[in-house]
Amino acid sequence: MQPPAPSDVALIRADITRRKRWDLLFGLLGVLALALGLMTITALFVNMLIDGWARLTPEFFTNFPSRRAGQAGILSAWVGSLLVMLVTASVAVPLGVAAGIWLEEYAPKHWLTDVIEININNLAGVPSIIYGLLALGLFVYGFGLGQSIRTAGLTLALLILPMIIVATREAIRGIPQSIREGAYALGATRWQMVKHHLLPYSMPGIFTGVIIGMARAIGETAPIITIGALTFIAFLPPAPVTATPPFINFDWLPAPFTVMPIQIFNWTSRPEAAFQQNAAAAGVILVAMTLFMNGLAIWLRYRLRKNIKW
Amino acid sequence: MKQARKTMITALATLLAAGGAHAQIVKLDGSSTVYPISEAVAEEFQKAKKNVIKVTVGISGTGGGFKKFCRGEIDIADASRPILKKEMAACAQAGIRFFELPIAYDALTVVVNPKNPLKQVTVADLKAMWEPAAQNRINNWKQVNPAFPDAALKLFGPGADSGTFDYFTEAVNGKAKASRGDFTASEDDNVLVQGVQRDTGALAYFGFAYYIENKDKLKALAVVDPKTGRAVEPSEKTVIDGADQPLSRPIFIYVSEASYKKPEVREFVEFYLKNAAQLAKEVKYVQLPAKAYELNAEHLKKGKLGSVFGGEAEVGVRIEDLLAREGKL
Repeated sequence: MQPPAPSDVALIRADITRRKRWDLLFGLLGVLALALGLMTITALFVNMLIDGWARLTPEFFTNFPSRRAGQAGILSAWVGSLLVMLVTASVAVPLGVAAGIWLEEYAPKHWLTDVIEININNLAGVPSIIYGLLALGLFVYGFGLGQSIRTAGLTLALLILPMIIVATREAIRGIPQSIREGAYALGATRWQMVKHHLLPYSMPGIFTGVIIGMARAIGETAPIITIGALTFIAFLPPAPVTATPPFINFDWLPAPFTVMPIQIFNWTSRPEAAFQQNAAAAGVILVAMTLFMNGLAIWLRYRLRKNIKW
Repeated sequence: MKQARKTMITALATLLAAGGAHAQIVKLDGSSTVYPISEAVAEEFQKAKKNVIKVTVGISGTGGGFKKFCRGEIDIADASRPILKKEMAACAQAGIRFFELPIAYDALTVVVNPKNPLKQVTVADLKAMWEPAAQNRINNWKQVNPAFPDAALKLFGPGADSGTFDYFTEAVNGKAKASRGDFTASEDDNVLVQGVQRDTGALAYFGFAYYIENKDKLKALAVVDPKTGRAVEPSEKTVIDGADQPLSRPIFIYVSEASYKKPEVREFVEFYLKNAAQLAKEVKYVQLPAKAYELNAEHLKKGKLGSVFGGEAEVGVRIEDLLAREGKL
């Protein structure tokens, strides 16, 4: 073959340079988009931190809300958030994971499962206030569960259920078919295959989904307001763990409660400037909680992935 | 494994079976205007009772509070206006009878940007700005009154679920809830404060307490009393002596008769009446004359139930005259 003429080489080089320029441009655009998001969250967080810094003392965590901004704290709010999350996790995780496994491994493929699938994907995008309205009708009035911790926990469980189902299915789909076939070849039943292989291998993905769902739930305000969380509450629900047998008690489930976002919402609507500081400080803590949960998700995924050997 | 399964089942059973644990809880809900006073009373009461009796206070607006009250979900409704006829009917249907107790005054305050040269308005001016007919038509101060500055008129006010909105529209436009719709409405009074602060042509109305907290950012207008022709600035003094009419109003708590029979609710209500004057003052409201609190206590003692308003919002009534009336259910 004839070597290309020098003019052709120049043309090709020019073409490559041009394409490289587009490459660079797109890279820059991506970085810009990322920076925009990061800068916004950093600016917001730093702004809140500056506003609320003076209020971030140990007493802020151990004091109940008060009409005096300087003495007000978030004790009932963070305890409420924690207990609501406990209910949410213990309902949403088993249900969501089981549903995900069934849909992926057991469900026969016909129109009904198709309808269920489409609905679950749709549910993940339904605005949270809709869940609040559903819960108000169903849990509060229908089942008579009252405006309690269990109602809030169940509502948020419904909210994150689709996210957990989708995450579980994604995680299971990532497992090679050969693993399933290997297990069956050795005489495992479907349940044994799921228990010994699918569940352990898909754990990192499931955990990530669960924790990201929980991080979303902890910041939710609208559905909690709809079901009637309270604004002023200066006492704690009965403790879930007791010193005397049977050591656990469930009296806290029907207790009235408040949560972090509602406490923040209440403080921002006060006339006194000092309450805005409280709101900022509580905001910092809420963002820190969310960041911590997301960090935990990443760390767990990393740890669990290392243990998978196939 | 078996043990764990057993615990799980017990746990689930308890979760479903656990009814309302009967702790001594007094439940309040309703107006955001009354909330600061109820919150202060609840805080002091729990301190005084060493947390044996628990109190919760919610905010769902006067209307929302009455809905819960007439379903028997709460013991006490916070209200920034008297109970309406249809709310009374709902309560009657559910067999809920109540005591109506005025606890403080709130002075609605009309505010403008400090750069606005205006010092006073008449109720007629306010009506020209806020009446339903003004919608899409009145958008400059000059249209309201030729003497006013030539500037775009931007209106801010509380949303339609608020008792403040009901009262202002009643007092100014002559009919509760009759208002133009094209103004910036927010249940969060801080949004209104910020709106007026940023816009030199803005005007807003809200409770006296918010004005006091933001005195340096806003200017309150004196409102000309249509009866006397005198311009009255909202202040503690003008509210108490009844001069700040028609924009000052009493605010209430409504106590369910059935709840009042419970010792914890009774104790809380007694504490409320005893401390309302001082705590109302502390959270920037205006206390009622001492006579009013005595009359309240008397009504409770004699079991005088019902509302003295007969389901109609009234404007510019003196509190002593109100309390002298006989309530109806």
